[in-house]
Order: sequence, then structure tokens, then C-alpha cells
Amino acid sequence: MNRKILRLILLVPLLLTLATGLGYAVLSLPEQPQYLHKRVIDNMAESGVSHPVTAVLLNFRGYDTLLEMVVLLLALLAVWSLDMPAPQHKTPHKTAPGLILDTLTRLLTPVLILVTAYLLWVGAHAPGGAFQAGSVLAASGVLLLLAGWRVSDKLTALLLRIVLVAGPSVFIIISVFTLLLEGQLLKYPPAQAGLFIVILETVATLSIGATLAALFLGVRPRKIELEKGSEKDSKKDRDKNRQHE
Amino acid sequence: MNPASFYALVGIGLFCLGLFGLIMNSHLLRKILAINIMGSGVFLVLVALAGRAENMPADPVPHAMVITGIVVAISATALALTLMLRVASETGHATLPDEVEK
Repeated sequence: MNRKILRLILLVPLLLTLATGLGYAVLSLPEQPQYLHKRVIDNMAESGVSHPVTAVLLNFRGYDTLLEMVVLLLALLAVWSLDMPAPQHKTPHKTAPGLILDTLTRLLTPVLILVTAYLLWVGAHAPGGAFQAGSVLAASGVLLLLAGWRVSDKLTALLLRIVLVAGPSVFIIISVFTLLLEGQLLKYPPAQAGLFIVILETVATLSIGATLAALFLGVRPRKIELEKGSEKDSKKDRDKNRQHE
Repeated sequence: MNPASFYALVGIGLFCLGLFGLIMNSHLLRKILAINIMGSGVFLVLVALAGRAENMPADPVPHAMVITGIVVAISATALALTLMLRVASETGHATLPDEVEK
């Protein structure tokens, strides 16, 4: 207990000093934003979209977004490679969820998918875009997972993995394409920039949604244990053993 | 002081509060939450400073950086939570072994 008080006494002045320093740094910044803002506004015409944030994300700094997709995929691979046993509450329900939960998820999921599509499309000229749309899509996935729905094994085997890597790979393909065409990574020809951005955003939305929902699940989707238990292999046995420990 | 500077200062406050929580708490879930609060503080500073010029639209570059940052923060949090669960399932408690016993 003493050590905790000692830590507190040492820490509070240090943090206050840090806060004062940071506050001074923020307040002493020059009033006008720097030239980057002007450059974005000046080049909006050839970005292919009319919303500056989308233009920065998908065109001027497309490199960031590409690497971010890779970061998402890496996080998911790291989570999967930890090979956690499936927690009890995340295994599918044996019985159907209650009527209200069932009806609500059936009603909300299409609405969320519609909102996803709207956010994706509106991103070209208003706040919105791939990340917001992907998050809403992931939220619908989380809702379904919490309500006890599970995607069929057939879909989680190969199709899920294709959707997960679709975002980064389409990004990389378009990067190589623009590298050959324009001699610069992710520098779209201005006439087709809008088309490129829509393709990228659509694929990125699907990938982001799938990745975030898979991250929420936290375990690699495995074949669901049926009561028959007909298809057993050594790996599944090992997982089961771990669960029993 | 215009509203943007006020929000930026609040962001700095959040950052320092998160750092305090990160250092003081030994439970890993609290540490992860503290890191998220620190991240929110940084995002608030960036968004606030983007719009600090009174008569101009907000600078889109920091906004784009914040969107990128949020997604990275979510994935990092998910990874951290899984690591925490793994630590908890291996050792039986969700603290790091070198933490002082209370």
C-alpha cells in the first residue's frame, strides 16, 4: 500500500508537468493552418471526389489507407494465431433466441446493411466513406454474433478469408496498376479517379466489416461441434482437451 | 481562448488521465482501457486543432489521420484483449507477473 501512495505522490507532479507542457505547446501553435490544407483544396478537382477527407484518405494519402488495411489484417492474424479456446458464451445457442431478440436482429440487420451502403456512397461528397461504412457493417456482424447467429461453416472456410484479404489485395493490385500507368504509387489518372476510389472503397468496406467482426469473435472460426461429432480430427480433439483443462 | 483550443486542452487532459490510469492500475483490462482513453485524447487534440482557424473550413488532413487512427486503435485493442485473455487463461489472473502484490 505504501508503494502505491509513493507512486501517486511521484506520478501526479510528473503528469501535471506533462499536461502543462503539452497545453503550452497546443496553445502556442500558429493560428493559421499550414499549407497542406491549401494544397488539398487546390487539388480537389483531380481527386475524383468532392469531400476533402475522402480525397485525402483514398487519393492523396492512399498509401496510409493501404497500410491500414494491412494493419487490420495483421491484427486479425495475430488474434487467430493465439489460438484461444472458444469461450462458452460465444458458442452457438442450442435453442433459438427469444422472440424479441430474434425479430429485432432480423429487422436491424438489413437496416444496418442499407446504412452501410449509404455511408459508402455518400462518402464521395459528404462525411462518410469506407471506414464508417465498414464499422457499421461490423456492428451488424457483432449484433448477429451476440444474438447467437453463426455463419455457415461453408462460408467461413474459404469465402471469409477471401473477403478478409480482398481489401488489401485490391489495393495492392491498383497500386501496381497505377505504378505502371502513371509511374507513381496510387496516383490515379484524374479522369478515372472517381471510379478507382469507388472500387477501392467498396472492397475496403467489405474487408473492414469482416475483419472487425472476426476480431470481435476473437477465435478462428472452426467447424461447429454438432452433437454427432462425426468429423473429428486431431486438431479439434486438442482444442476440446484444452477446453476441458 | 476559442472552442478549438478548449477541446484540444480537454484532449490533453484525457491523455494525461489515461497515462495516470495506465501506470496506476495493474489489471490488464484497466490498462487497455487507459490506453484507449489516451488514444481518444490524441484524436480529440488532432480534430480540435484541425478546425482552429476561425473563418476557414477544417483542415481535412488531420481528420483523415484520425479516421485511420481509430481503425488502428480498434484492431490494436482487439489484439490486446485477446492477449489479455490468453494471459488470464495461462496464469489464472489478468495482471502481469512483475506487478507488485497489493
